[in-house]
Amino acid sequence: MTNDHPAVRSKTNIPFYRDERILQIFAQVVSTVVIIGILIWAIINFFRAAEARNMTLTFGFLKDSAGFPISNPPIAYEPVMSTGRAFLVGLVNTLMVSGLGIVFAVILGTLIALARLSSNWLLSRIALIYIEFHRNIPLLVLLFIWYFVVFGMVPPVQESIIWPGPTFVNKRGVYLSWPRLTETGSIFMISIAIGLLLATIAYSMLRKRRKITGKETYYIPASLGLLIISFIVGWLLSGGTPFQIDSPYLDGFNYQGGLRLTPEFAGMFISLSMYTGAFIAEVIRGGIQAVDRGQIEAARAVGLSPLQVLSLVIMPQALRIIIPPMISQFLNLTKNSSLALAIGFQEVFSVGKIAINQAGRAVPVFAMIMITYLSLSLLTSFILNIYNRRIQFVLR
Amino acid sequence: MATLENKLEIIQPPLPPGPLKWVKENLFSGFFNTLMTIVLFPVISITLFLVLKWVFLGADWRAVTQFPMLYTVGQYPRDQIWRVGIVLSSILLFLGISWGKWGGLLRTISFTAGLVFIIMALLPVQHPQLTLGMRSYLGSNALIILVGYFIGRIKAVKDIYIVIGWLLIPFFGIVLLAGIGNSSILPSVPTTLWGGLLVTFLLAAGGIFLSFPLGVALALGRRSSLPVVSAFSTIFIEMIRGVPLVTILFMFSIILALFLPPESRIDRLVRALMAVTVFSAAYTAENVRGGLQAVPLGQIEAAKALGMGNLKTKIFIELPQALRAVLPSIVGQFISLFKDTTLVVIIGINDFLGIGRSIINSDPEFVQLRMEVYIFMALVYWVFSYFMSLASRRLEAAMGLSDTL
Repeated sequence: MTNDHPAVRSKTNIPFYRDERILQIFAQVVSTVVIIGILIWAIINFFRAAEARNMTLTFGFLKDSAGFPISNPPIAYEPVMSTGRAFLVGLVNTLMVSGLGIVFAVILGTLIALARLSSNWLLSRIALIYIEFHRNIPLLVLLFIWYFVVFGMVPPVQESIIWPGPTFVNKRGVYLSWPRLTETGSIFMISIAIGLLLATIAYSMLRKRRKITGKETYYIPASLGLLIISFIVGWLLSGGTPFQIDSPYLDGFNYQGGLRLTPEFAGMFISLSMYTGAFIAEVIRGGIQAVDRGQIEAARAVGLSPLQVLSLVIMPQALRIIIPPMISQFLNLTKNSSLALAIGFQEVFSVGKIAINQAGRAVPVFAMIMITYLSLSLLTSFILNIYNRRIQFVLR
Repeated sequence: MATLENKLEIIQPPLPPGPLKWVKENLFSGFFNTLMTIVLFPVISITLFLVLKWVFLGADWRAVTQFPMLYTVGQYPRDQIWRVGIVLSSILLFLGISWGKWGGLLRTISFTAGLVFIIMALLPVQHPQLTLGMRSYLGSNALIILVGYFIGRIKAVKDIYIVIGWLLIPFFGIVLLAGIGNSSILPSVPTTLWGGLLVTFLLAAGGIFLSFPLGVALALGRRSSLPVVSAFSTIFIEMIRGVPLVTILFMFSIILALFLPPESRIDRLVRALMAVTVFSAAYTAENVRGGLQAVPLGQIEAAKALGMGNLKTKIFIELPQALRAVLPSIVGQFISLFKDTTLVVIIGINDFLGIGRSIINSDPEFVQLRMEVYIFMALVYWVFSYFMSLASRRLEAAMGLSDTL
């Protein structure tokens, strides 16, 4: 009889199509069925197509000989080597162009951000024009301008442009003089590495002690001194010749020696770093401008020098804002390096593209390309997120 | 009275600095500043002089000026070109109607568009493709915008009609452009013949139109309490965001066909559009998710307390606030989508950039003129995306967002 009470009755009588718990389960089941259904349908289609076209689904072909040439491989490579090796060459190219690109984009971006914030109207306008130009044109157009127009205008080998260095610029690329390690060079490098390690340890230990005791421990001169000592010791141990400048020289119809940047690499690298540099400049400018003006005025009022204001007050606060969008710019740059396909610089994607053209490997090759980029993205953001967390933590 | 007047003078805002003072403050305020000005001024002047000299005297713009049609519509059959004209005019008509109805930013856009068409119609140059008919078509487009404005002023034209019109235009436009089978009035035009700005705008507009709802759905999906939906959305978003657009483009142009029934044939351009849409949707989803997270929990609780259901809360409470907050970043995403459409060149679609490239490669003489062509391309892309970002800034200011974000 108590069930006839209106309140209780209304509770039990909710129709099932309005009961949220049932609806949730229902939605869950429906979405699962739909997603799995589509996947199964696609896979069935795929197996049919695979059978009809005699496609491989395994990664066995990685051991087969690649059979296609790669121009200017950064590591030893011949067409008779395995397809896996060809991928590795592509990966090294991707890493090289994006790693160098990131370094230069940051340098360029910082300089442009500083120019943009300059009190000189002309300088700040130039920076603004640079930023607005690069942010509003497609990267591919910029790449074509650099590769086809600028590098298309350089003279042939016999009439190379000669810059100090000596550096030679011609149709076949940019030839730089480059220091190369001699036989005793490894001793020098080991010595520097040990010095760097000792200097880092000394820096952190002395700095910590200074923070605890408040006594001056001269941690900067001490660590710098260690570095200089290791440099001198290494220099002496290696007999004074750890390096040899390897200059390019004309040999017949071609330059030999030195460091050669192919037009493809140079075009890709320059356009990537100039394009991303403009975005990074805006990120840095935004971060610096976000620091409260009162902070800067207060720092000046307590007598910090302009350099101290920048390094102790502005940068630590600005970095917190700068780092996250900077990470996404680095990732963008890495992903954008795949545009190299358009100018024939052979990085992961271009190598994969050639490998696809060889009989029915489309799916495994594609899986490899995607996994490569995904793991590069995840790795980069993982490392930088750790750094980011440290910065945020220290400051709060 | 005298004292009162004095006081009034005191509370007046400071006068803007005179030109001389401005120069002193911005160019010669200190030693380094002065030095910089002295160094930079001649450098800038010489560069500007050289650039202008090249543009007007040195450069040979033949490869740019000779093919206006190729740049706008590609190989689209010239006797069917009126279809493109009708699509353009109907978009302009609705632009005019929207201007008449809502004003604001649309007024500026309409004015700019009208002005551009009038200038093109009156260009004081002889050009074989700029016939009297073409000139009158271009000129009448400005008139169409004005006609649209007066239609928009009519009270009977309700907001919802205009919105429906905008939603119908894409379908109408696609049917008109692609044609229907073998009919004599609208013979079908294969998409391989489409090209130039037509394809660029089609991909950009189509990508924006389609990726927005997909992106919102993915954002809601990622925040959903259903584990299957949320996991699927998350994996989807992160996979797309982790790989370059070129990969997605190739996936849709090569791999997708393997997972569909063998008899199905998806058009090349549609596949490119799908790729662009999916790519942009993943980024839009993350932007929208940021906005959804910023909606105060109290809003949702209040909606629940008022007896609104889950769906109603999402549509009427959460989304409007979230979308308003992330509007600037969504517009930014659309601008980069517009720039990203150039990548379809790599899979062999002749968009604006692709046409430029094929013109260069069509004639050894034009290979020498590639600098002019690429600079022209850069300029066109620049103008469109710069004005898009200008418009988005105006929109932010009008919505009162510029301070909060």
